Amino acid sequence: MFVVVVVMTVITGLVRDFKDNNHKWVGDCVVGTESLVGFPYYEDFIKRIDGTDFVEGVSAVVKSYALVKNRNLEWSSDAEIMGIDALKHSRVTNFGETLHYRKNDVADAFEPVYDPNLSGFVIGIDKWLVRDDKGKYSYEDSPYEVALLVSCFPLTSKGALAKAGTDLVNTKTFYYSDISRSGLAGVDGSFIYLPLEEAQLLCGMAGAVKRVSAIHIKFKPNVKLADGCEKVAALWKGFVEEKKGAEHAGLLDTVTVQSWKDYRREFIAAMEKEQTMLTIMFALIGVTTVFIVFVVFYMIVSHKSKDVGILKSIGASKADVIELFSCFAFLMGLLGSAAGAFGGWLFLLKINRIEDFLFEHFGFQLWDRTMYAIGDIPSVIDLKVLAVIIVSAVAACLAGAFLPSRRAAKLEVVETLQVNQL
Amino acid sequence: MSKDDFILKAEGLYKSYRMGEAKVSVLRGVDLAVRKSEFVAIVGASGSGKSTLLHILGALDRPEKGVVSFEGRDLSRMGERELNKFRNKMVGFVFQFYHLLDELNVLENVFLPAMASKSVFGWLGSRRWAMGRARELLNELGLGERANHKPYQLSGGERQRVAIGRALMNEPRILLADEPTGNLDSATGNDILKVFERLNKAGQTIVMVTHDERIAQKTGRIITLADGKIKRKGAEA
Repeated sequence: MFVVVVVMTVITGLVRDFKDNNHKWVGDCVVGTESLVGFPYYEDFIKRIDGTDFVEGVSAVVKSYALVKNRNLEWSSDAEIMGIDALKHSRVTNFGETLHYRKNDVADAFEPVYDPNLSGFVIGIDKWLVRDDKGKYSYEDSPYEVALLVSCFPLTSKGALAKAGTDLVNTKTFYYSDISRSGLAGVDGSFIYLPLEEAQLLCGMAGAVKRVSAIHIKFKPNVKLADGCEKVAALWKGFVEEKKGAEHAGLLDTVTVQSWKDYRREFIAAMEKEQTMLTIMFALIGVTTVFIVFVVFYMIVSHKSKDVGILKSIGASKADVIELFSCFAFLMGLLGSAAGAFGGWLFLLKINRIEDFLFEHFGFQLWDRTMYAIGDIPSVIDLKVLAVIIVSAVAACLAGAFLPSRRAAKLEVVETLQVNQL
Repeated sequence: MSKDDFILKAEGLYKSYRMGEAKVSVLRGVDLAVRKSEFVAIVGASGSGKSTLLHILGALDRPEKGVVSFEGRDLSRMGERELNKFRNKMVGFVFQFYHLLDELNVLENVFLPAMASKSVFGWLGSRRWAMGRARELLNELGLGERANHKPYQLSGGERQRVAIGRALMNEPRILLADEPTGNLDSATGNDILKVFERLNKAGQTIVMVTHDERIAQKTGRIITLADGKIKRKGAEA
């Protein structure tokens, strides 16, 4: 029980944090395409949904890939770029909260403090800083001047290279203005955020008919996720119908409407799979527990058959005997699980301090913080999970005790009291 | 004597046991009747079937053939629930080996029958009464000071008195005692017998199985069991 509470709390906490971070990073709903070409008429659609009663915020986003190079160093890398309007995107996601320097000044996220006239970039923290072995970052007091050359392959609306035959790529220099820490290792280790218009230019989406890769949407607090997504999907369907025949309207057919869960499914599913595997493992342990309880109760019944006979001789019914053993099993499960849960709770209260102690004295860490974007070990017990664990433990005890209880109930008085002397 | 004076009647009881390949007939047509407030001793040689007869009379066992009726009601026609109620309310059993629950103290052993017949809430409602009644019985049996002791802390005679207290807890119409003195020394056995005599004088019907003729002589009537049948001695047997 102790182990189940601790492990399930930790893994549930990790999954919950991971989902929360994904939700915050994406918003509630995404109208977007996987195509690097993007889709047009996004401004028309934004106008349409921005005025509805269920939408709180909307942000157009360009997503693509780029090669980045430090202008002054022999350093280059690949990166995913995300073009956004920092202020609008912060109303939809937690982008503003992820910033280090411009947290309270999101509108200026792309204005380097050392020269606001320069075009700035915000970079994922793991792409910029190195975590120490305790998972901490060493931040500078303020961003220092670094120029990054960002090169993209601009595509036409038909998906062809826009600059074929010339120099192929669009390159522009951006200056380090801030870092973003979303808490998602994959995001923080690969994304560079740029101003929306700049990203459109780099990716060839800034023509007469501008294009974006996605529209991120945040619903009002009282709107259920499924309901909101359904409404957006219906609006989008109508919008596509209206645009039929318009220039590049075919690109609208590649667009899907997804909830944040579906949008990040491939990442979330991996975590959920691990959680499921653990749950299955503990379920198997539960089956073993049932068997152990069965054996224990079988022995108890064998040992206490005389007592059962005594009870039946004074009028206890079969149901009374089953009830007696079931109550015993229930209390055993309840008290056992309560004791285990209490021990688990105590351990979880101190789990991070214990890990710190082990790391300082023995170099042991549950997760290598230089590799994993995990801060503190989740230690808040989820009451729902706790309830499920306790109910399962009690159910396992009751299930294990059922057959021995029935056997006890069927015992004959004259046999159990060994009174069949002639 | 009217028919209603019989609290317990057995007619044509047959019972046999398998012993390996052999079938041993224990009771071969036993007829028996017990009046209200009677103190009857069933005697017989070892293996004569007297304990088996007592268990059938108390619905702890079923006969292969024959009828046992209690206050005119045929026990074989009673359902499981009625039989449990019969064992709980109408009959009190006293066994040779006491059969007390070691985990419970003396007081708890005595009020156990009151507990067995009730639901949790029913028990909570009558708990105070049951404990009072159990204490009263223990005082009557001279065990008032032993209420919180465990059975293994008592002597054989004391244990048997606790067993008698338990049997009397629900004020049964009839007390069935199976060799109640069989595991006790002579003096202690006499003490137990005095308890039975006192109870009988107060109107308690008692059927006692014993192999001890000396003990049996102190009862109102002796029924002798031989070869699975009653040897007629008393007036109504």
